[in-house]
Amino acid sequence: MKIVIIKYNAGNIRSVDFALQRLGVSALITADHDEIRNADHVIFPGVGEASTTMSYLKHHKLDTLICDLRQPVLGVCLGLQLMCSYSEENDTECLGIFPEKVRKFIPQPEDTTLFKVPHMGWNSISGLKTTLFDNISEEEYFYFVHSYYATTGVDTIATCNYLIPFSAALNRNNYYATQFHPEKSGKTGAKILENFINLKV
Amino acid sequence: MLAKRIIPCLDIRDGQTVKGINFVNIINVGDPVELGKLYAEQGADELVFLDITATHEGRKTFVELVRRIAQNLDIPFTVGGGISEIKDAEALLAAGADKISINSSAVQNPQLIDDLARNFGSQFVVVAIDAREANNHWTVTVNGGRIPTEKELFSWAKEAENRGAGEILFTSMNHDGTKNGFANMELAKLSENLTIPLIASGGAGTMEHFADVFTIGKADAGLAASIFHFREIAIPDLKHYLRGQGICVR
Repeated sequence: MKIVIIKYNAGNIRSVDFALQRLGVSALITADHDEIRNADHVIFPGVGEASTTMSYLKHHKLDTLICDLRQPVLGVCLGLQLMCSYSEENDTECLGIFPEKVRKFIPQPEDTTLFKVPHMGWNSISGLKTTLFDNISEEEYFYFVHSYYATTGVDTIATCNYLIPFSAALNRNNYYATQFHPEKSGKTGAKILENFINLKV
Repeated sequence: MLAKRIIPCLDIRDGQTVKGINFVNIINVGDPVELGKLYAEQGADELVFLDITATHEGRKTFVELVRRIAQNLDIPFTVGGGISEIKDAEALLAAGADKISINSSAVQNPQLIDDLARNFGSQFVVVAIDAREANNHWTVTVNGGRIPTEKELFSWAKEAENRGAGEILFTSMNHDGTKNGFANMELAKLSENLTIPLIASGGAGTMEHFADVFTIGKADAGLAASIFHFREIAIPDLKHYLRGQGICVR
């Protein structure tokens, strides 16, 4: 089994690699088009800013490559947001794999102590669908850190509530994505990664 | 619902945990990786590793340690101590740190906050503030609380937020080490003034203190060191207690 982590100008790539190593799986971190195209599973992680990252992907023709993949693909955090159609973060047109849009969390003026931005820490998710969540119970906690969120829609396979309900995970065809960080979410997060690498298309 | 976070803090010197005694279920309590893994298994939500090594050799050891922590730990962790320029942060990020914490270096050079946030994102930058109260004035201190500065707690915290900090870690030097509870009034005021998350530190002695810091102090996370290291409070017991008090924990 060949797992590729897409290398680009974003942080957090090493953490995903370490999490896979803990599962006894080795991954290749690369931006090489052939390596990505020929992988059995592709992970598209990331922490960063939407517009500069999209420009980077376009410059390296990774945008069309990602959209044409046929094997299971997992976007994480910024990866999820870039797989949506549009992000309010610097008014960015994204990959459009999911029709959902990415909006900014607005702190509540009435009581800022209840809802800080970024949404940082462990939150529970519900409405779990697809085999990505096999052996994961409703209301399990996962680690989030983000200031923008994907709206809920037809592709939502897990919902989280913070200020409003948003997509904690999305799926369409071979594309999966989580807003939370499975690589930092303890044993339940590791289970998500394990479920992903067991996916067949 | 977003859970309130419990964060054990480990002091590291020359790659070894400074405190941390009497753990029966791990062989080497001096090894920060072993201790960190134990805390993670017990339900710690995050960990902070503070490097208190002064020497250049020790710094290199710490970066190697951070890499080993990242390989072994499946929860987020923050590293702090001796970060005064972008390249220090870069080395720690490359080693796998989720966040860095800056304290004295941010006071001496506030622009560092802007630079770190722009280079690595706000989520990577925790600004730690040690402050001491006298005559109703909270003075920001540096070098472990030994040296007072010109800065005042509340305005400095807001400035740090405006410059791009992702979180504020406030330690009350009046409360630190007393085990009489956190500085809840000041924490609540900070929490109301900030839109970014607030980590409370200094004064934890009992489980009730954690309940108070989340309700009265309105903090998003509670940090402590010795009560966890000396096994005065076990994390599973603390979580169980907080849940019973109606506080959302993982």
